[in-house]
Amino acid sequence: MSVDMSQFYGVFFEESQEHLEEMEHLLMELSLDDPDIEELNSIFRAAHSIKGGSGVFGFDALTGLTHVMENILDLARKFELSLTKVIVDQLLVTVDTLNQILDCYQNEEEIDWGAIEKGTAALEALLKEDNAEDTTAEADEGFGLYDNPVTESDDDDFGFFDDVSVENEEKSYGFYEEESQKTDDNSDDVNSSNDDDECFGFFDDEPASTQENTVSQSNDNEPKNIAKDVAPEQSESNSQQADQSTSAAVENKTAKIKSVPQVASSSPKASAKTTAKKPSAAAKAKSETKESSSIRVDTLKIDSLVNLVGELVITQSMIKIVGKDVHGETEEKLDGAIIELSRNIREIQEAVMSMRMLPMSFAFNRFPRVVRDLAGKLEKDIDLVIEGGATEIDKGLIEKLVDPLTHLIRNSIDHGIEMPDTREAMGKSRKGTVILGAEQRGGSIIITITDDGAGLNRERILEKAMSNGLDVSEDMPDEKVWPLIFEAGFSTAEAVTDVSGRGVGMDVVRRNIESIGGMVEIESHQGVGSVFRIRLPLTLAIVDGMCVSVADQTFVVPLTNIIESMQPTHDQLKTIGNDHLLWVRGEYWPLVSMYQMMGIDNAITTPTDAIVVLVETSRKRFGILVDSLEGQQQVVIKSLEQHYKRVPGVAGATIMGDGSVAMILDVESIASDVQNLVPQEVSIAS
Amino acid sequence: MNKHILVVDDSPSIRQMVQVTLKSARYQVTTAEDGQAALDLCKRMQYDFVITDQNMPRMDGLTLIKSLRSLGSYRSTPIVVLTTEASDSMKAQGRAAGATGWMVKPFDPQKLLTVAAKVLN
Amino acid sequence: MQASTQTNAPKQAGANRSDSQVAVNANEVQHEFLTFVLGSENYALDIMTVKEIRGYEDVTKIANAPAYIKGVLNLRGDIVPIVDLRLKFDVGEATYDEFTIVIMLMVGERIVGIVVDEVSDVIKVNESDVKAPPEFGVAFDSAYLHGLTSINDQMIILVNIQKLISSDELGLLDANANKSLEQE
Repeated sequence: MSVDMSQFYGVFFEESQEHLEEMEHLLMELSLDDPDIEELNSIFRAAHSIKGGSGVFGFDALTGLTHVMENILDLARKFELSLTKVIVDQLLVTVDTLNQILDCYQNEEEIDWGAIEKGTAALEALLKEDNAEDTTAEADEGFGLYDNPVTESDDDDFGFFDDVSVENEEKSYGFYEEESQKTDDNSDDVNSSNDDDECFGFFDDEPASTQENTVSQSNDNEPKNIAKDVAPEQSESNSQQADQSTSAAVENKTAKIKSVPQVASSSPKASAKTTAKKPSAAAKAKSETKESSSIRVDTLKIDSLVNLVGELVITQSMIKIVGKDVHGETEEKLDGAIIELSRNIREIQEAVMSMRMLPMSFAFNRFPRVVRDLAGKLEKDIDLVIEGGATEIDKGLIEKLVDPLTHLIRNSIDHGIEMPDTREAMGKSRKGTVILGAEQRGGSIIITITDDGAGLNRERILEKAMSNGLDVSEDMPDEKVWPLIFEAGFSTAEAVTDVSGRGVGMDVVRRNIESIGGMVEIESHQGVGSVFRIRLPLTLAIVDGMCVSVADQTFVVPLTNIIESMQPTHDQLKTIGNDHLLWVRGEYWPLVSMYQMMGIDNAITTPTDAIVVLVETSRKRFGILVDSLEGQQQVVIKSLEQHYKRVPGVAGATIMGDGSVAMILDVESIASDVQNLVPQEVSIAS
Repeated sequence: MNKHILVVDDSPSIRQMVQVTLKSARYQVTTAEDGQAALDLCKRMQYDFVITDQNMPRMDGLTLIKSLRSLGSYRSTPIVVLTTEASDSMKAQGRAAGATGWMVKPFDPQKLLTVAAKVLN
Repeated sequence: MQASTQTNAPKQAGANRSDSQVAVNANEVQHEFLTFVLGSENYALDIMTVKEIRGYEDVTKIANAPAYIKGVLNLRGDIVPIVDLRLKFDVGEATYDEFTIVIMLMVGERIVGIVVDEVSDVIKVNESDVKAPPEFGVAFDSAYLHGLTSINDQMIILVNIQKLISSDELGLLDANANKSLEQE
């Protein structure tokens, strides 16, 4: 009946990873002068947990390190050891090593025992240095056990507190004996019912036998006075089961035990009911007692849910189409039902989409460590400020953001923030600041990395661009110069540090961001600092859209971007050169013609015969010229990149109720092509 | 007819492992991830045997045992505490709190079954 | 109602490889190809890449795409691009009627449809019967060809369809995607 341990490995790896993350986080947060006891406890428990699991599941490489960590942390939380930066640094290094070991185990690679030995020795050295005699003794014990904690104690590893045979003492499990325990009891400060005359007993009337079953409950002074028929609640004669090593009453016990379940089930009605509903009740109880209840769900399951909801939306559209042919009494009922259905589907959709959303902090929380390590290495003084960590974003996007963000942050630290002396000479504070922020605006998520460093060096960038043969000119505006750093092979760093500046970084950053439908922009001022701004579409797989037609083609404009649709009058139209402007709602709106943008023939070209959809993105407002409106609809976004590639101006495709494909406009990206014309500066011809 | 065991440990992998091991021997198993959760469960349900880890957030093992012992329903329920070592002080603490027995971590599943059998039969 | 047939491409051990191989005898390796017609020539492609064969249906145009990329259509929930090789390589006449066929291909993880004039038999070709392609006179660059073979006195041009579909020339893939495909 041996249990296959490997089925638990996955869970162990996951939880250990979480423990390591928490340890890292807390170690960095820890105030060295006045450490918070709860934080110390949590760090201790995390190390302890990993150690425990490693022993049970056989990941020995983890055991040694975590054991010494545990010792250090135990002393720290008892305030017998004060944590210094040196100790914390070494603990952080140990966390890294543990992470690596976990990876090795997960990927079935070879363990670097040499590194482990080094790490362990380093930790032990810390203990030795910082010690009073007490702690030395404990540390020694710790060392002794560390090699093989299990075999150190003996064969059996468990004991019951009855110490009947001395040999039990040697085993690693044991039961407390009633005798020794009686003497202990009196000196116990246990707050349970030492003096309590409350009787407990057995469910059936066999006093004689029960007497022998004197319970080895440690706190009980009444073992001999066993009353029968006590209120069933109390008598759960699990008491009998507690007595183990005395074999005498074994048969009796067995007899009693048989009766237990019946009593258990017939006693307090409450418990009977709960027995029946145990799984759900227990599960609910469990989740209710937690502060933030959550369960782990495989992302694949959620993805398939998302797909299914998508299918539901399409099916719903199909029904609507069929419904158009229904007339008479049925029509009204059908309409009513379809409206209900729509509402239900919308709710499911929102619920399912929100399952995949995670707060940005999941991506952000690794950076304090990155900044700390890098700043330390470069001998710069840097403060990382994180804002908007609660902003939610789809889980898939988080994974793809980590690399680009890491690169941009390292870039800010390496090339942006100056050395403390330089800063001081410039009149800046010695400490540089990097702000990592996230916010949601309109249909986009905006992530910014701001630094108060030196800013981008315009001359060097232009120089490099020219030597790379790029088409640039001396008097290009800044907004055109900064994006040059995203060109392949671009690095103006004087020395290629191993941090960034290999020249392969920035172009990959931009590509990664574009591959998730986003874009990155730069703002920079020499001597003041730089801002890198990443815009991501708030892609939810299902979007409310307005269907529009241009010639024989149908497009979908996301409703979140639409302000209003109207047919422009002659008076509202202005022309500047080749561009049209619309004067409406008290301002000028640039006009974008769909037929021009998409290269469509046979469309309506005269604006006054067409429809203009006024849209707004996170930065611009403009109007889109289309032939006509076809109606509002919920659409499922299907990726074009899956089997084709990204199409400029298009966010994805969707399948309409009749099975045909329609393109969904990417209003954000269209916006970037729209010129911000300031009418007052140019003469306007109407 | 099967005995119902409550396993309390803050490590999901340990909980899973113990649960599967005990279930393979036909026990009914419920798990809880810290002392407080376990206590809440025990107030609503009667378990035949409680196995608890010592180091857990919110309420540790020894505190749980003491609290359980002060509940009438659990005064005599076998409770085993999981300890990290078999030192005398650990054992004494366990006994003082009211545990029926102790078991050293890490343990192997067979041991667990032996203990359960001893305690429940 | 368009006719549509799905080929149940035989799964053999090692079907992960793009070619299907049927060992005839210890020395001979055979591959199975699906023959099709473009203009007046006969071509063939690896049967293992064929997912489905359909008639030509309406597609949704893609903005500013080259003429030979007709657009995309809905293949049971997947948005699949349709390419007309006749237009790309200027062979024959690109007509779209009830006889026009679209072969849905699976290249890597992608599905792409190619428009052809006709689809014929599945043939088995021995490696030894494949001759080198000529430098010119064939619509496709020889880089995209496995070679030539002859069945019943008919010349059949064996196309390396994976290479063709993933090529920059066809422009169906993003630059990055291409790199990852090449590594496969």
